[in-house]
Amino acid sequence: MKKSPYRLSMDSGKKVYTLHCVSCHQPDGIGIPNVNPPLNCKQVTGDKNKLIEMIIKGSSAHAEINGIVYNNVMPPNSGLNDQEIADVLTYIRNSFGNKTSAVKVSEVKSASSNLK
Amino acid sequence: MKQTRNKLIIGMVLLTTACHASVTTNPVILDTDRVFKLTPSKPDISLTLPNGFNATVFASGLGKARHITITPSGYIYVKLASSKKGNTIVRLKDQNGDGVADEEFDFGSFRGTGIKVKNGWLYASSDQEVFRFKLNNDGTVANPAQPEKIITGLIARGEHEPKAFTLDNNGNIYVNIGAYSNSCQIEDRKVGSMGRKPCPILDSAGGIWQFKEDKLNQTYADGIRYATGLRNVVGLDWNTTTNTLFVMQHGRDQLHTIFPALFTDKQNAELPAECMYELHKGSNAGWPYIYYDQIQDKKILAPEYGGDGKKTAGEDAINPVYTFPGHLAPNGLLFYTGHQFPEKYRNGAFIAFHGSWNRAPEPQEGFYVAFVPFRNGKPSGKWEIFANGFSGGPQNTASGGALHRPCGLAEGPDGSLYVTDDVQGTIWRITYK
Repeated sequence: MKKSPYRLSMDSGKKVYTLHCVSCHQPDGIGIPNVNPPLNCKQVTGDKNKLIEMIIKGSSAHAEINGIVYNNVMPPNSGLNDQEIADVLTYIRNSFGNKTSAVKVSEVKSASSNLK
Repeated sequence: MKQTRNKLIIGMVLLTTACHASVTTNPVILDTDRVFKLTPSKPDISLTLPNGFNATVFASGLGKARHITITPSGYIYVKLASSKKGNTIVRLKDQNGDGVADEEFDFGSFRGTGIKVKNGWLYASSDQEVFRFKLNNDGTVANPAQPEKIITGLIARGEHEPKAFTLDNNGNIYVNIGAYSNSCQIEDRKVGSMGRKPCPILDSAGGIWQFKEDKLNQTYADGIRYATGLRNVVGLDWNTTTNTLFVMQHGRDQLHTIFPALFTDKQNAELPAECMYELHKGSNAGWPYIYYDQIQDKKILAPEYGGDGKKTAGEDAINPVYTFPGHLAPNGLLFYTGHQFPEKYRNGAFIAFHGSWNRAPEPQEGFYVAFVPFRNGKPSGKWEIFANGFSGGPQNTASGGALHRPCGLAEGPDGSLYVTDDVQGTIWRITYK
């Protein structure tokens, strides 16, 4: 049976997550208190453009989520292509207790061209 | 928890604090107004200990309980990295001698990690400053609202900010100033970003600074960079047998994430070693240029500086006196000098391992108190896990989702060992019969 585009994206996104995100955000997305933020939060399920920007540019914002400040720097993107970014964001937006819209490659392309 | 209030005492307190010039103001009035009684709580986990040892919950629910210190009279002071109704230092006492805290008094306005009783003073740190409170003869604090500021202006730039410290027997205080970086890359934690050479962080962080214990408002200019090349130190103690400073370093992270072609996930989980160092003035432990590989037993050139996991370097850097597996996060170090525990433990080192986060996707490790025996000032045997079970079980350890994470260690006047936890703020008291 052929997989749906959503399923393909989730499978690919999970691979990207395991390769690139797991060491900081942990396999279950809960992060580390005071160090790396958890992923079941508004920053992930909310504005797609801001989320895409975070993957591309990284962040040293010391985000505060539910009263806890997260100190580590998130490094900028080093080698993920637009499809991989769309897939991993779809994956995290639909995992760890999150359930919301997927991210399309066209949205990644459009957001990243606005960043230049 | 019950609070006793007396309106007459409150009135007297207000009058007293209004004319605070005199140090001979009766401090008992301030204390008893806000001292409250505690009832024991049920433990949610049980610890595994060697034969003959027993652990009880001394106090609980304190929040982010970090380091801990005890006066000769048995007053226990705990530093909070969180706020307990605006207070950041908790004073506990077991008044009726049943081994459980029955009285608490909270004060202090600055969050932080370091705390230590020394020479009639209670020293405590925020992430930028170090303060001290004069102690009364009975071990209570003379003026909880007004500590002296002895050190100020220390760098705190988001990473490795807590200023753990200890004191020697010669009037000096040794403060960790952690590096605000993982491995001094040009871009922190970015895949393949190389290291800055020379690493500019080292002139004001990434080491231990020595100051005077009794001089007010000291800044970097008044201190000495006592030791350098230490990424971040949270557990440290003055060894009174050798009269030297011992520290536990938090080793660098993410060898595989940052240099995937050079290191596997498994190497990433095990390396580098968490190192115990004995320091002297001028010691250089080698960060960021090298890390210690405990499997090869060598100082290895960091990949940020051209290393490949095999090339050695750091001929000028000191060697650790003991090494542990990677990423266990040593947050407490205590040389045990009491007589309650068997002879084997005398002058040995207890280490509180907070537990790893960056061994993923391999299982996490740690969340226990370890012990290394010492003879004649040097490790004399293999390390062992002394107290285990803080995480709540093997599954919690593997996932890193620990119920409790050991942080601070202190020895009571009777030789009992106290351990703090900075997830929920439980304090355990470990005794031997």
